[in-house]
Order: sequence, then C-alpha cells, then structure tokens
Amino acid sequence: MSEVNEQIAIDHGLKKDEYKKICDLLKRTPNITELGIFSAMWNEHCSYKSSRRHLKKLHTKGDQVIQGPGENAGVVDIEDDDAIVFKIESHNHPSFIEPYQGAATGVGGIMRDVFTMGARPIANLNSIHFGSIDHEKTRNLLRGVVKGIGGYGNCIGVPTIAGQTCFDESYNGNILVNAMTLGLVNKNKIFYSKAAGVDKPVIYVGSKTGRDGIHGASMASTIFDDKIEEKKPTVQVGDPFTEKLLLEACLELMAGKSIISIQDMGAAGLTSSSIEMASKGDLGIEIDLTKVPCREENMTPYEIMLSESQERMLIVLEAGKENEAKKIFDKWNLDFAVIGKTTNSKNIELFFENKKVAEIPIDFLAENAPMYDRKWTKAKLPKEIKFSKNNFKSLKLSECLNKILTDPNIADKEWIWNQYDHTVMGDTIQKPGGNAGVVRVHGTNKAVAAAVDSSATYCHAHPLTGGKQVVCESWRNMISVGAKPIAITNCLNFGNPEKEKNMGEFVECVEGITEASKYLNYPVVSGNVSFYNETKDKGIKPTPSIGGIGLLSDYKKMITMELKNNGNYIFVIGKTEGHLDQSIFAKNILSNHNGPPPEINLFNEKQNGMSILNLKNKNLIETCHDVSLGGILTAISKMSIKGDRGVKLFPIEGLVNKFEYFFGEDQGRYIIEIKPENLENVEKILKKDSIHFDKLGIVESNQITYGSDLKISIDDIKEGYKNWLKEYMVN
Amino acid sequence: MKSSVIIFPGSNCDRDMDVALKKFGFKNQMVWHNDAEIPKSDLIVLPGGFSYGDYLRCGSIAGKSRIIKSVIDFANSGGLVLGICNGFQILTETGLLPGILQQNKYLNFICKNVFVKIKNKENKYFKNIKKEVLELHIAHNEGNYFCSNDELQSIEDNGQIAVTYCDDKGNDDENNNPNGAIKNIAGIFNKNKNILGMMPHPERMIDPFLSGEDGSLIFENLIGSM
Repeated sequence: MSEVNEQIAIDHGLKKDEYKKICDLLKRTPNITELGIFSAMWNEHCSYKSSRRHLKKLHTKGDQVIQGPGENAGVVDIEDDDAIVFKIESHNHPSFIEPYQGAATGVGGIMRDVFTMGARPIANLNSIHFGSIDHEKTRNLLRGVVKGIGGYGNCIGVPTIAGQTCFDESYNGNILVNAMTLGLVNKNKIFYSKAAGVDKPVIYVGSKTGRDGIHGASMASTIFDDKIEEKKPTVQVGDPFTEKLLLEACLELMAGKSIISIQDMGAAGLTSSSIEMASKGDLGIEIDLTKVPCREENMTPYEIMLSESQERMLIVLEAGKENEAKKIFDKWNLDFAVIGKTTNSKNIELFFENKKVAEIPIDFLAENAPMYDRKWTKAKLPKEIKFSKNNFKSLKLSECLNKILTDPNIADKEWIWNQYDHTVMGDTIQKPGGNAGVVRVHGTNKAVAAAVDSSATYCHAHPLTGGKQVVCESWRNMISVGAKPIAITNCLNFGNPEKEKNMGEFVECVEGITEASKYLNYPVVSGNVSFYNETKDKGIKPTPSIGGIGLLSDYKKMITMELKNNGNYIFVIGKTEGHLDQSIFAKNILSNHNGPPPEINLFNEKQNGMSILNLKNKNLIETCHDVSLGGILTAISKMSIKGDRGVKLFPIEGLVNKFEYFFGEDQGRYIIEIKPENLENVEKILKKDSIHFDKLGIVESNQITYGSDLKISIDDIKEGYKNWLKEYMVN
Repeated sequence: MKSSVIIFPGSNCDRDMDVALKKFGFKNQMVWHNDAEIPKSDLIVLPGGFSYGDYLRCGSIAGKSRIIKSVIDFANSGGLVLGICNGFQILTETGLLPGILQQNKYLNFICKNVFVKIKNKENKYFKNIKKEVLELHIAHNEGNYFCSNDELQSIEDNGQIAVTYCDDKGNDDENNNPNGAIKNIAGIFNKNKNILGMMPHPERMIDPFLSGEDGSLIFENLIGSM
C-alpha cells in the first residue's frame, strides 16, 4: 500500500488544510483507502460544504410535507394515504464527457433515489441545457443526451412526461443534465436510510462492482480544462435492464417487513451509502470487502469503496431475514451478499482478506466534514433600458413573431420527446409539450402534474429576482393545467463557489427561491447542488432548475393549452406593462442583452393563480396557458398551433406600444379561453376578486390577426416553429 | 374468457396489458417466464418491454426462455397468441411469425400516435371492427419490419399482413412509414391467423383521456369473437 502524503491528498481534490484536518482528527496519517474515503465524503458533491449554511434557509415545511430535504428524496402527501416521492438531481459533468452514459446514469440514479424509499416510479422529467447552437459540440451532445435519457427511461418503462431544453453559449463547455423522478407510495410504507439496531446484517444487492466511476463524485467537484476527455473512464456505465430487475426485486422485498433501512449506492458508491446509513442511525458499521461481488479481478479495497458502478443497493435487514430476502433476489437473478453488520462502535471498519484495512469514526466523515462560509458579492439590479420609438420604427409584428417562434429556446421540442416513451404505464393524460406533464394516480380519480423550469437569463441579470421567478413559473405551470401546486425540488447549477461573484449568484438565487416558495406555500422538499460548472475560467449562467408538482383531485377537470372553439373569448389575466429588458424580443430583435429581469410581485402572483383555480373549479375556463418567454403573442401562437385555430386580437388599450404589449415578459400572467355564455360570469368574478384582466381577442379559424398590423396564417407559423429543431439536427 | 400475460425480466407493458384485458372482460393471469407451463387460457399475450434487456438482439433470449415452449405448443394447436412490440419481436425470434424487426430507419426511438390500416378482417382479432383505419400508438426503437422477397410474396398471398402504417385516410405509402418497415407493415399473422404480432400498442389506447381509444376496438372484438 502506497504511503499517503500531502501531494496525494491534493491529487484527490482535498485542500492542504483539509488534509491537515484529517491527520489531526485521526491523530495519524490515513492510509490510501482511508484517504479515498475522506476525499469522497468531503468533496463538494457529497458534503455540500459551500452550500450547506445557505440551504438551511430554504422553506421546507408545510402541511403536505412528509419528508423534506436530507433523505434520498422528498415526500409529500396527496391524500387518501397516497404520497409522492420526488427529487431532481444533476449529472452535468459526466454528461459533457460522455453524453449517452452520463445522461442515462443520471436518469438511473434519480430513479433509484425514488424507489429506495419504497415508491414505484411513475414519471420522469428532465431539464437539459446546451451551448450555443453554433458551437461544434452542441448537436452531438444533444443527440447523445437525448438518446441516453430515452435509452434508460424507455427500458425501465417509466414515462418521460415533461422537460425543458435551453441553449446558451454559457453552457458551451459545461452542459447541464438534470433528471427528475416522481414515485407513488403508500404513506404508511415509506422506507428511510436511517439504520437502527446493532448486529443487523448489511446486505449488498444489484450489479457487481467494477472499476467504473471511481472518483465520479470528486470529478463533479472540479472545474474542467483541456484534458477533460481523459476523464472518460470515470463516467459510469448504465444498465437499465438490471435497474428494472432491481426495482422489481426491491419493491417485492419492501412488501414484506424485513427491511430496516435501505440506501442506493449513488455518488461515492459503497462509501457514502454505508456511512450515511450508520451516521443517521448513530451507529457503527463493519464491512468485509472480500464479500462484495466484484466484476473485475484483483480489485483493491480502495477501488471497491470508491467505485460508482450503477444499479447497486445497500440494505440493513432484520436479523434472520437473510434467506427470505435472498430468495427474492435469486428470482430476479441479482447478486445478493451479506457483507457486514451494524455495530455500536460508531466507526466504519473495513476488512479485506482477514485484515483490517480502514477504521474511521463516522463523525469525522459526516458531521466533522468541512463547512465553508464562502465570501460572496451582492448583485446590483441593472438599470432599466429606455427603448425609444426609433427602436421599433421599422419592425413588423409578423416578422418579429416568426423570428421568435424559431428561436432555439422557443421552437418546438417534439424531436426530443418523441424519442422518450411518454405513454407507457397507461396513465399519461398530458404529454410533453404542454404547460406540465400529467399522470393519473393509477386506479384513482386523482392525477399529479409535474414540470421543470429554469430561467438562467433572468438569474444572470439579477439572481434574487431570477430565483423568485423560477419558482413562480413552476407554480404557474401547475395552475395552468388546473393542478393545486404542492411542492418543489431544486437542482442548483452554478459555477465555481470559490469565486465571490458565483457564490453571490448562488446565495441570492437561494434567497429568491426561499422568498417565493414561502409566500406561495410551495416548499422545497429535496434537491441537489452542482457547483464548479466551469471550463477554463468560464462559468455557466446561474441556473437553478425547479421541478414542481401539483395535484388534481379530479383528473377529468384537467386543463390543456390548445384553443378549443371558434367564437370563444380570450383573456389575459394579470397586468401587462410591456417589460422588454432581458426578453427574447430584446435579445433577438433589438440585440440588447441588458437591463433588469421582469419584476416579481408575489401578491399578484398568488391572487392571479388562485383565481384561475377558482374559475377552473367552477368549470368556467376551456383552456389555459401561462405567459412566459416571448410574451403574449408567443403564447397565443403556441395555443393556436396546438389547437389548429387562430385568434382575432382586439385593439390594445393603455400606454404601452404593441411590441411591448405583445412581446413583453411581465410576470404572473395567464391566457384563458372562455365560452361566450360564461363571459359575463367570468368578468364578474375577476372584478370581484380585483384581478386585472384584458380582453385579448376571440378564437377564429386559421389565422392570427391584429387590425391591419398583423395577419398571419397558423400553417405559416407552424412550419417554422415545428421544424426548427428537426432541421437543426439533420444539418 | 381467460387470458395469460407472460412476464419476462425486462417486460414493462405487462401491467398495462393486464389493465386493458381486465377492462374488456378477460380473466387475466400473469405468468412468470421461468414457469414450465401456462395455465389454461383462451389467449396468450407477450407484452412490450425489453425482455432480458434486449442486449443480444430484441426478443432473442425470450425466444429461448423456459416458458416459450408452452407458448409455441399452444400456438401450434391453434390457440390465440398476441405479441405487442417486444412481444412481436419475440414471435419472430421463435419462428412463429416470419421476418425480423430491425432498428428504425432514422435510428431513433419513436414514441407517437400513428394510423394503421386493417388489411385482413377474416380473423378473431379484427373481425367485427367497423373502422378500416385505427389510430394507435407506437413506442419502439426496433420496429422496422423486414423479410425476404419470397417470404413477402408468401405472406401477401396468404393474407398474412395484418396492419400497415398509413395516414388518417388510409394511404399506406412511404410518406406514412415511421420506421422504414417493408410495405409499411406494422403487424402480421401466421398462416392460420391465430397468431398476431404488431408493433403498435392497443393497450395504451383504451380511454379518451389517454392518447386515444381505438385500442378498445381490438379488445372488444377479441372478447366478442371468442
């Protein structure tokens, strides 16, 4: 065994003073296996050392919350003893190096987090961010990531019901792949990772351990340079078939009463899973590494402990239940090995070929892990841009609209989601491409809505506002399908936390998320942090992805976004001030990237959302779509294309010009469709509730018109909107 | 009417099929791939999914599994055997149906609604369906049906083409071919028409809130014709 010194520790990603702290705690030099364990547990990815003190501020409580952050996934109550287990997680670094396997194992990992808790996965979602469309790597990365997500989720047989795809040059060297899973569980049959009791057998199940993914978690905690391709061997390889077997076998075992605690082997593999279970149970753990099923020959204790081979679980069983459990795993042809036991030593003790090869107090690895109060700078709200009449002089509405509808961040993403099985399990009642995906709770009248959102442009311009905005956007997506928003999970993708500006972006986005989720009673129940999304000194824009879920108590009352019938009225709920700074319009048409993002008014946000749900419960709305990127006219166009109908727009009132009105990205707005016979009633209710609304137009066939200023056929806009991505991928 | 759905490791449309069969009145039972025998059944269904991971070739291992001998015996004695998606692939691997299923022409997994034209109604699967064109759903990576010219001649002569991909008007030309399948073939029968393999999933189209309801017609017809 090689001698450990400071340089070896640094090569493991530890800082000098961290290495010194290890030696001080142990009162000796660690051996190489122990050093590996420390480096895995103390890296950013596992220890949250830069983020922990800020994450504590998140709003995590609520009547509906059964389990908040800190477990494998969050759990919320959806009534009648049903609960939803859900979480989002990043797999950014591996996906950039090896897009197919990186994305595939990201999906596999998040599904394990969910079924570890006893839930059957019922829906997958994802949020993926790529570099500029002109960047040489973008096409291949997009193709690989989409194939990877599909390859894994399709094989397991869990529908991918919604997602989000963005392009921005800040991701040229660091793409983002965030995967989210929802699972359904009986709220009285939830499994946790906390071990309990001494001398309980520790069981290893699933795939064999190989040399893949060694130090994956450490890689996720470093910045990239030119030699990043050399890291390919640290990317794990996924086997969705084995995961499907593991899922079925675990759920079968969970139907009985033999499991005390269970934990999937994710980042830092056997190391973090064993330590986490023992740490939560305030116990020690003893493992004989000779008994771990290995795929490759001559694996060392160091390699076995740090491997990130996929599709593995660690279980603490009731003593004497080993045979019963083994039978189930034999049936599913999976490895099953008793590899150790719980102890009262509060140490992790590892044996290999009858020799003790490591012994570390668990406290040192978990509670004593470093925690940093990193310096950060507060972002200033940028000065508003005053666009003059000249800016708009030669512009035509139709040309602007066509350009916006073929913007990579607006254009239709069907090319992507047609590669995901979104209908397996037979409960998908709203497919990708709408406001949110919706799946029924099997065999009931209930349904769960889910969506993922991010808005890096706004977060980059002003992190505090951006953080609030993403939560609001998620909330709006739930409202738009008629679901009551329940809770969120967040995936916080940021640059290098050692830089004050990046750390500031993180701190203020978290503050924004907290403020909005508290006000809207939309708590955060799970999530993860991905720092060091930086290549050669260039970091990504701050990108918190918010995965939201909502509940429909009667799925038959779900709302969709396509226009339904000619002659129906179209309203905009919420006030339009014509905020163009940081909008798609400003970027794309006026080539201006400056100014503040649209302001968030949480009071209006809540009022407007609740009034939509109120109208829905009274069966007064036919269609709903929230107004987001690209403003009102973009939203109307998407609703028209989906419903194959047009809209005759009424003259706008007020002081804003037509470009500001139709393309401004003011927040808290929805477009709804109302039957003529309900018109009076809807107006009365909205006035009574003091909700601002504009009568926008009336549904008609085939074209969108606005006086003499705009006349555009649905077929024309459809063509560009529907084909942009397909054509991009072919070229 | 009794039906059996075989579960292979990696099957993932087994529950969906169970739900559909029960909805239309079958007494359905699930049968494990490692069992030696299938309980008495009027219909056996091989469901969609990725049997044994489909790592060697889609359906190839399932085509050699322990239970499959009973499926073959049942089929050869005239029993109704329906293979959907991976089930279709398994049926070609066993030789119960001619031809093979290759990777889709554009090399992508495809999940979407498609229209199919019923080519032969002289069988228990489609007999009393009034429509000529059904809207069904596909979700596959290897649905590109292929066979030799001799086999094609023979399946055409024997009326073995069950359904072809088409548009909503029933035009089954190259423009309406999602995966490159020869002659737009989406499903075929054996000579006796008791075995049907098809790529589209009728079990996902049994409810107005799902992608559509035309799948119901097949199940209703099946139970009605027994």
